[in-house]
Amino acid sequence: MGILSKKDSKLILDPLADNNPITIQVLGICSALAITAELKASIVMTISVLFVLGVGNVVVSLMRNIIPPKIRIIVQLVVVAALVIIVDQVLKAFAYELSKTLSVFVGLIITNCIIMGRFEAFALGNGPWKSFLDGIGNALGYGVILIIVGFFRELLGSGTLLGIQVLGDPIAKTGLYALGYENNGFMLLSPMALITVGIIIWVQRSRNKTLIEEN
Amino acid sequence: MNTEKNSYTVLFAIGMVAVVGSLLAFVAGSLKPNIEENERLEKQQNILYAMGINENGEDAGGVNFISTDKVSDEFSKFIKQQLVIQGDDVTEDDQAYLIDIKKEEALAKADDYERRLPLFIGEKDGSTFYIVPMRGKGLWDAIWGYIALNDEMVVQGAYFDHAGETPGLGANIKERFFMDDFIGEHVYDGTAFKGIEVAKGNADPLNKDKTDNEVDAIAGATITGNGVAAMIKKDLRMYLPYFNSLKK
Repeated sequence: MGILSKKDSKLILDPLADNNPITIQVLGICSALAITAELKASIVMTISVLFVLGVGNVVVSLMRNIIPPKIRIIVQLVVVAALVIIVDQVLKAFAYELSKTLSVFVGLIITNCIIMGRFEAFALGNGPWKSFLDGIGNALGYGVILIIVGFFRELLGSGTLLGIQVLGDPIAKTGLYALGYENNGFMLLSPMALITVGIIIWVQRSRNKTLIEEN
Repeated sequence: MNTEKNSYTVLFAIGMVAVVGSLLAFVAGSLKPNIEENERLEKQQNILYAMGINENGEDAGGVNFISTDKVSDEFSKFIKQQLVIQGDDVTEDDQAYLIDIKKEEALAKADDYERRLPLFIGEKDGSTFYIVPMRGKGLWDAIWGYIALNDEMVVQGAYFDHAGETPGLGANIKERFFMDDFIGEHVYDGTAFKGIEVAKGNADPLNKDKTDNEVDAIAGATITGNGVAAMIKKDLRMYLPYFNSLKK
């Protein structure tokens, strides 16, 4: 990475793997369970969090020296909520179709613990540029897991990817279904998202032993 | 600057509320005309969609409305009459589509209020469509929609939407694979009004039997599906006196 110093690129790359917010810090699990039944929803959520976390981290970082420590959590919440509401309103006025897709996610973005977590752990103690990179990195790390889980849940649960039937038609019995294959409806339910995340954690830790805790 | 002091904390909180509050009020206020216009056009698109005027492709693709620049013209072309039914009174009102169903529902809780029911009558290729708006509850939030019926009380088209159903599950009520199943379904079972059940594990997933008053449910979206069925039953029932009066 030519433009970014080694330290800066670490801020982006670390959360993608060895310090992933979902699989290592176990943050943002709730939304990872809720919306990964479909690949498209995972992608929309990733883009939304990318924006909110990137901008929010910068705003909180700029305000870090004037925020009263006693009410910092409230201030952070206000920043996220205001940001999300403004974006939602602007989209409603100028990109109505897109806002219809996103409206369901608004509540989920505000309550996403990764966002509060990064404000609290990073933006309050670092400058705006670093905070921006940290926000982007963590949002991408979150998004990667979301997309992997969404991919498997949609493929195995509905036999589709982004709404396109890739395994044939389950009702007309074409493609794979002609051989007796059935969609696993259980994949569409939230517990299977947790199990899928668990499998990712298992794979990740067996490949990188340093991630395994002592106890 | 000592940010630990109580006085500073209180002042900061007050300042923050004032700044963020006025910012949000300003944004909401200045965008309101645009948002209202978008919502108005969306209602027209939804009503036309229910009676089959849309830009959908032949195969089961996505939902494509008439584009916003054309929708006003198409709306006045195809919607021949807009009625407001209030008890036994039926009046014509070309703004009926702007009636806020949610507000009417709330007002109707008072005993002395007779609820206004909007009904849209469309005409296409010589057939008449009665388009009924409806509103109900899903799993998390409100759901609403429009159902177009012909004079035999057979569904000609449906459009559903929701405020916050689960993406990938309940949110799929606004996908074509669900909405298109309603086309051709009967809301009467013989002479008795039955509505349309959103049924789990029915023996007819291809939805070939149109007189069973059932469509196939979405896996993992039981409560949203039940909400759709309940909404159809509850809101369509209110229009029955009017439809019965047509038959006489």
